[in-house]
Amino acid sequence: MKHLVKTLAMSLALTTSLGAIAKDTIKVGFVYVSPTGEAGWTYTHDEARKHVEKKFGDKVSTTYVESVAEGADSERVIRQLAKKGHDLIFTTSFGYMNPTIKVAKRYPNIKFEHATGYKQAKNVGVYFDRMYESRYLSGVIAAHMSKSNIAGFVASFPIPEVLRSINAFTLGFKSVKPDAKVKVVWVNSWFDPGKEREASDSLIDQGADVITQHTDSPAPVQAAEAAGIYAIGSHSDMSEYGKNAHLTAVIHNFNEFYEQRVQEVLDGTWQSENVWGGLNTGMTRLGEFNEVIPENVIADVEVLTTKIASGELHPFAGPLKNQAGEIMVPAGEIPQDSELLKMNYLVDGVEGKLN
Amino acid sequence: MDLDLITNILYATIRTGTPLLLVALGEMVCEKSGVLNLGQEGMMLLGAVAGFIAMYHCDSLFIGFAVAALTGVLISLLFGFIALNLNASQVATGLALTIFGTGLSAFLGADYEGKTVEALPELALGALKDIPLIGKPLFAQDAIVYFSWVLVVVVYLFFKHHRGGLAIRAAGENPEVGSSLGLPVMRIRYLAVMFGGACAGLAGGYLSMAYTPLWTENMTAGRGWIALALVVFASWRIERVMLGAYLFGFASIMHLVAQGLGLSIDSNLLAMLPYVATLVVLVMLSKDKERLKLFEPMSLAKPWHRNN
Repeated sequence: MKHLVKTLAMSLALTTSLGAIAKDTIKVGFVYVSPTGEAGWTYTHDEARKHVEKKFGDKVSTTYVESVAEGADSERVIRQLAKKGHDLIFTTSFGYMNPTIKVAKRYPNIKFEHATGYKQAKNVGVYFDRMYESRYLSGVIAAHMSKSNIAGFVASFPIPEVLRSINAFTLGFKSVKPDAKVKVVWVNSWFDPGKEREASDSLIDQGADVITQHTDSPAPVQAAEAAGIYAIGSHSDMSEYGKNAHLTAVIHNFNEFYEQRVQEVLDGTWQSENVWGGLNTGMTRLGEFNEVIPENVIADVEVLTTKIASGELHPFAGPLKNQAGEIMVPAGEIPQDSELLKMNYLVDGVEGKLN
Repeated sequence: MDLDLITNILYATIRTGTPLLLVALGEMVCEKSGVLNLGQEGMMLLGAVAGFIAMYHCDSLFIGFAVAALTGVLISLLFGFIALNLNASQVATGLALTIFGTGLSAFLGADYEGKTVEALPELALGALKDIPLIGKPLFAQDAIVYFSWVLVVVVYLFFKHHRGGLAIRAAGENPEVGSSLGLPVMRIRYLAVMFGGACAGLAGGYLSMAYTPLWTENMTAGRGWIALALVVFASWRIERVMLGAYLFGFASIMHLVAQGLGLSIDSNLLAMLPYVATLVVLVMLSKDKERLKLFEPMSLAKPWHRNN
């Protein structure tokens, strides 16, 4: 008898730790780095949270904590969520990586999903979107709308994620207009409306007639609207800030991914994964198109979308040259994901320094 | 570099320098009366959000800017009460005001994130704006920029020729003596603090309604602190405050323009430029320690009460 109890307990412990038990109701927690707001990175995560709530009704209850500083503060918040019996916790900023891993060790029965990081564990999955695929498409649209063949790019910091954005946009732009230039201005900030505005104005003064950005404030879109030129929004739809200027936006969309992960936890089939979703998953996509974009351009972009989604076209397919003209990806080759994650150069056609 | 670009750089310099000039001007007057208000950032943010909300609902720029300035005044009264009446540490009270302002503005503005208003239009002064090079920077700005110039002149003349200027200085140098001579030190300090609040509120409104017509949390991005530093380096002299504000604006713009022009300078170095340039120039101006002491209000940040 004693033996039986022991085996039962053991197998129970085993199954629990593997999470293979279906549940009727679960609690899902979200940790955000900034306020939910009306636009931007955190906004898209909160949209996905609302999507999950709507989809599952009574079966899922969600909690979110916004404006959580990266580092020690976040560890406390994540631990608190874990203590309060959340079954699945999404931590949505790069700086939550180590705290997430740390808390996850203490709570092996709770599932964690960390966005933008690279540390995985048995109960910690990582996910991110291939934003560069949408960037490429936005470059194609920008090129069709540009008359001066100069685009301006307001950039934050020279890290791989941002460099991929600039490069993919440039390659898309150049696929339509091979002689075009993309001018980059670094504002050394993720969020400084004043600086982003001035950076955009100075790019416009220097001949750019399409402005795009890898920063968080809508100021560049406003600058474009004021100057009567075009802009492409970033992270979420920014058309509110420039009805005429805003061509489209490069958007993250975690709705379906969150829904799927929550369903898996409900079913007890969740497993730690490393997801880098592209256009094929809908995790990244373009926003609404401005009416001024000609129909043939939209048709073009739709064809390209299908091609990229199916893998037929890769934005960074060789031959790919850096600014100095050195071959970074040989002709006929496609870079590995690991190379993309470490990207540290600007491609030919970008005007501006790496930092 | 062609003429157009230089014109645009000068134009942007003035625009970038204006919020700094306004805040620094207000804080300078405040400090001359012996009160150090480190809450500039908080007052700016509250002015920015209140002005934006008023503008959004009333669709009147005048009301928007009036509300922005008034909000600054109201908040500065709170500071005045704690720091002047209750004699709390001015440094601590100012810091608390910044933290309070940052939080409250975020709370008040939560529903207005993602909304936008019509920007303050340019007010071109007739044919003057067609003068090459300086026409656009000087005569095609918006009303607040012109207002800031008027304010600079008024404050300058006030301190130079008006008895009131002298009274403020007396309150800042030696409130004890001023008081025994019959000066209403408390009232003078309150008025100076309120003037500082109005300027900071207006500067915040300039950010949310003219510079980048939108509200987002923490949109001042540290400009209040830069203005505070400007006042010290400008050794409490108005012409230097103006110079410093525009110098900072110019260097900020050059950081961005130089990148667009493809100059091969590290952008991190360029990002330092505004701070370094402003520091170097103002330090050179005030390198004489003895003279700097002459300008610093003797009783700056020292609590004072009539009975003590």
